[in-house]
Amino acid sequence: MYKILEREDLVPGIHLFKMAAPAVAQKARAGQFVVVRIDERGERIPLTIADWDKDKGTVTIVFMEVGATTARLALLKEGEAIADFVGPLGVPAEIENYGTVVCVAGGVGAAVVAPVARALKNAGNRIITILGTRSKDLLFWEDVLSSVSDRMIVTTDDGSYGRKGVVTEPLKELMDSGEKIDRVVAIGPVVMMKFCSLTTAPSGVKTIVSLNPIMVDGTGMCGCCRVSVGGQTKFACVDGPDFDGHKVDWDLLAARQRIYLGEEKCAYDEWQKSHAA
Amino acid sequence: MPRQDPKKRGRNFNEVALGYSLEQAREEASRCIQCKKRNCVTGCPVEVDIPDFIQAIREGNMPEAVRILKSKNALPGICGRVCPQESQCEATCTLAKKEAPIAIGRLERFVADWERKNMPAKDSPPLRPKPSGRKVAVVGSGPAGLTAAADLARMGHGVTIFEALHVAGGVLMYGIPEFRLPKEIVQNEVDFVASLGVEIRLDSVVGKLVTLDEILANGYDAVFLGTGAGLPMFLNIEGENLNGIYSANEFLTRVNLMKAYKFPEYDTPVKIGKKVAVIGGGNVAMDSARCALRLGADDVYIIYRRSEAEMPARREEVENAQEEGIHFKLLTNPKQFLGNDKNWVTGAECYEMELGEPDDSGRRRPVVKEGSEFIVDVDEVIVALGTRPNPLISSTTPGLQTTRHGTVVANEETGKTVKDRVWAGGDIVTGSATVISAMGAGKKAAADIDKFLRG
Repeated sequence: MYKILEREDLVPGIHLFKMAAPAVAQKARAGQFVVVRIDERGERIPLTIADWDKDKGTVTIVFMEVGATTARLALLKEGEAIADFVGPLGVPAEIENYGTVVCVAGGVGAAVVAPVARALKNAGNRIITILGTRSKDLLFWEDVLSSVSDRMIVTTDDGSYGRKGVVTEPLKELMDSGEKIDRVVAIGPVVMMKFCSLTTAPSGVKTIVSLNPIMVDGTGMCGCCRVSVGGQTKFACVDGPDFDGHKVDWDLLAARQRIYLGEEKCAYDEWQKSHAA
Repeated sequence: MPRQDPKKRGRNFNEVALGYSLEQAREEASRCIQCKKRNCVTGCPVEVDIPDFIQAIREGNMPEAVRILKSKNALPGICGRVCPQESQCEATCTLAKKEAPIAIGRLERFVADWERKNMPAKDSPPLRPKPSGRKVAVVGSGPAGLTAAADLARMGHGVTIFEALHVAGGVLMYGIPEFRLPKEIVQNEVDFVASLGVEIRLDSVVGKLVTLDEILANGYDAVFLGTGAGLPMFLNIEGENLNGIYSANEFLTRVNLMKAYKFPEYDTPVKIGKKVAVIGGGNVAMDSARCALRLGADDVYIIYRRSEAEMPARREEVENAQEEGIHFKLLTNPKQFLGNDKNWVTGAECYEMELGEPDDSGRRRPVVKEGSEFIVDVDEVIVALGTRPNPLISSTTPGLQTTRHGTVVANEETGKTVKDRVWAGGDIVTGSATVISAMGAGKKAAADIDKFLRG
């Protein structure tokens, strides 16, 4: 069992758990993920590692309530435990001194971008972060991201905070500004990563995305998470999760994420019924 | 041996074979002529003293039958169900020359089931030998790992199993379905191995959480690699990433390990089409097809590129599948998968095949009949073409030699790899094979590791 040492509700529907997982903490690196299972009946879901502390033996995950499993997870309190916490999985993010890196974070992706931006900053890069959410009340970790960024741009779809609009607008302005951009990292919903990749494609600036397809084991055993990159089939769990955004078949990824929509709704409805009872 | 009615069992996950009664077992045991040559023992990869445990059944001395069987085989309930006895012990049985061989597998199963019902483990904890003070790490808890771990523990060594998944048992848990190998039986035999003093660390992905070299540097004197062949192979044809196309590994893992057949009581779902095509002719293909049927598919097709004679699946499993109403489309091979605008599979375009000259495997090579393409309408496809070893360990372990198929090079007799203090056995060395051959490899490696540790 893996104990929840600290819990923080970042914004409505997005929660942070600091887990006791000393062995995972020893090996964790930016860009990697864990597979989590709540209990005997639970499914295995991949969650990106948002932070870790080798000395204290903790690993931090941030998740959004999107279905039955994450809703069940969100009910757990500090001191409670989950059955399984497997990791660190996936290939760590490539970290080098590229020069200037634009980090784009959408929604819950802020938690995934944070350790990558920090590692890139520590490697000597100049970091420009674009953080976007739907509205002010869904914005979190602006401070965390600011602390590792040389420049910070915040957007909200409804204009309730920062600049009104979506993240691709300031991204496009940066690409067109004549400023030398050496690399872009874009992490968030599929549609956001797709449009960030389309935005940077004309300039040819390498754009790294972190894919989040459905997984089961997370170790290369099942092939559920297969994605098409540059015309080749890859397993996101062992070949990724980071890929070159200009080569990803976005429509395939989006379609494969919809495989279990019906079942996900059924499970969520069942859960809500039983939870209400 | 009595079996569930095909019509009924095609819709439930209960075990197909119902097992002998004590009378039936004793009657079968009494057919054994206790011949001097003991060919059956030679035919067994783990050299169970077959005539001796059969004699004990005949005399009605079940505790003695249990003792004899388990002294060589820590997993008899599993072997009695999934070993291909027809090509091993029963093939070499002296009676087989004239009549039906002794049903050794069924008797083995009977002994294991009798023990589970009548000799609860807590009443008779196994004796622990004097500790040798040496430590061995076993990577993977499938048949090879469990067998090596059990033998090493019985030799007095401290054993730790590192298992990547959340339960121990490997392919016995995630691969072979409940109706052929109940998970309660696997768990029972895993518990037996643990009762020998073996520590089982779940959720431990070697190559990620810890590397093999770190294990060797952290107090372990030797390592046995039994991580199997967990990487699914695909056809690499057009349309293979359509929704509704599974690897057999994914489909079976969802159903067996994650219990998707109990969705939504269990959280993991699995899709079930009306018309399901399973590509391949091995045991895994039969398991996948029979699972799909039990989950409610209307029509399930086995699509296999050779003829029935070349099928690698056990005869018994092919017959079970046929009885249950699985359709066999033989000498058929997919050319591409077709899909709709929502990326869902709608059909498999297939070639008719014919058999040419024998290939490397000795089986006649399937050849495409040009212009023979036809479409099988399906809304789900399960690709069961075999598996390769997962590169997670070999890619993170310098000094481990692998073949171009990704298998680890190891001495056939001892399991010793070219890397110091590292042994390997089972599917990681041979590519996908059988439970018992993996167990045999685990046993040989354990003996060689013991020799090394005492040397």
